[in-house]
Amino acid sequence: MKRIECLRAIYGRLESCVVVTIMGAVAAELQSLGHRPNFFYLQHAMGLASSTGLGLALCVPKKKVVVLDGDGSLLMNLGTLSTLARYRPANLIEVVFDNESLLSVGGFPTATSTGTDLAGIARASGVSRAWQMNDVETFRKTFDDCMKANELSMIVAKVEATGPAKFVTDLGLLENRFEFSRCVRSYRGE
Amino acid sequence: MPVSVANSKIVYDALKASGVRVMSALPETWLVHLIRMAEEDPEMRLIRLAKEEEGVGISAGAHMAGVKSAMLMQNHGFLAAINGIVSFAQLYKIPLLMLISHRGSFGERDPWQTEGGRVTESVLRALHIPYEKLKQPESAARRIAWAQHLAESSLHPTALLLMRELMWEDA
Repeated sequence: MKRIECLRAIYGRLESCVVVTIMGAVAAELQSLGHRPNFFYLQHAMGLASSTGLGLALCVPKKKVVVLDGDGSLLMNLGTLSTLARYRPANLIEVVFDNESLLSVGGFPTATSTGTDLAGIARASGVSRAWQMNDVETFRKTFDDCMKANELSMIVAKVEATGPAKFVTDLGLLENRFEFSRCVRSYRGE
Repeated sequence: MPVSVANSKIVYDALKASGVRVMSALPETWLVHLIRMAEEDPEMRLIRLAKEEEGVGISAGAHMAGVKSAMLMQNHGFLAAINGIVSFAQLYKIPLLMLISHRGSFGERDPWQTEGGRVTESVLRALHIPYEKLKQPESAARRIAWAQHLAESSLHPTALLLMRELMWEDA
């Protein structure tokens, strides 16, 4: 399955969520479907998207927070899974697009290509609702279940190591950050 | 354990008075009372981390939601968090209020703390992070408030080095 197909399958659901993505293909592909003020693209600091999601989830408990992570980024901060499991924010959904590759720097294989099981690591860390899947329909259904559930959840979507031709978009980093912040602060006032 | 309870309380109360409601922390001897105070305070959200760099993401998320936060860590934890500080907080103009216990300075008896103690200030200067050393309990509260104000107004990390004179009673 392709990452863009997964994003397309859940794009409509993301309108009501607070969304944090990692850099590279995930950010560029989500923007290609249409940027929204409630989307924040963490264009560096690999590994910290889920930590950012945790901070947001604790401070905006009435909103679902969706993190769109990747295998390369998550492998840089596996400790985050133990921290998420410790505080179990009920409104956080951690999606990991696992293409077994560091695509944006030339496609070097990550450890998931040699058997590292991120959903298994999550479960063993205490994130009991963690699943891996390979097809878009299961992904869509699982995501919808997670949207309804009031419990920390993680979805590992095995995707092809393909992405857009370029990663830089015309949305400035600070423009995105301030617009997103204003949007999230407005949710706390609701 | 001769970590000063009274001075930890001064630091904690100053953070609270500055509006801080989220704290991330990794245990370290000098911080034990501060972490306990945060844990026992129902108005404070304490997040215990696996590694200090996670705290940058948590503080950034809290800030973008309009909630004030602080990071409690040892200077070796600050060194472990540097990519997050540079390529998240500084790149995206996120204020971080960092309280860093400054181990490895004069008086240190643990050999393993000494190298970190030697380089902490030069790393802070290299990153252009405004910092002050907290030694005197009398001025600690005011300096913490000021560091918080500067972090918010400059949208940049600021740091307070918690020194032996403040934190350790038989210094």
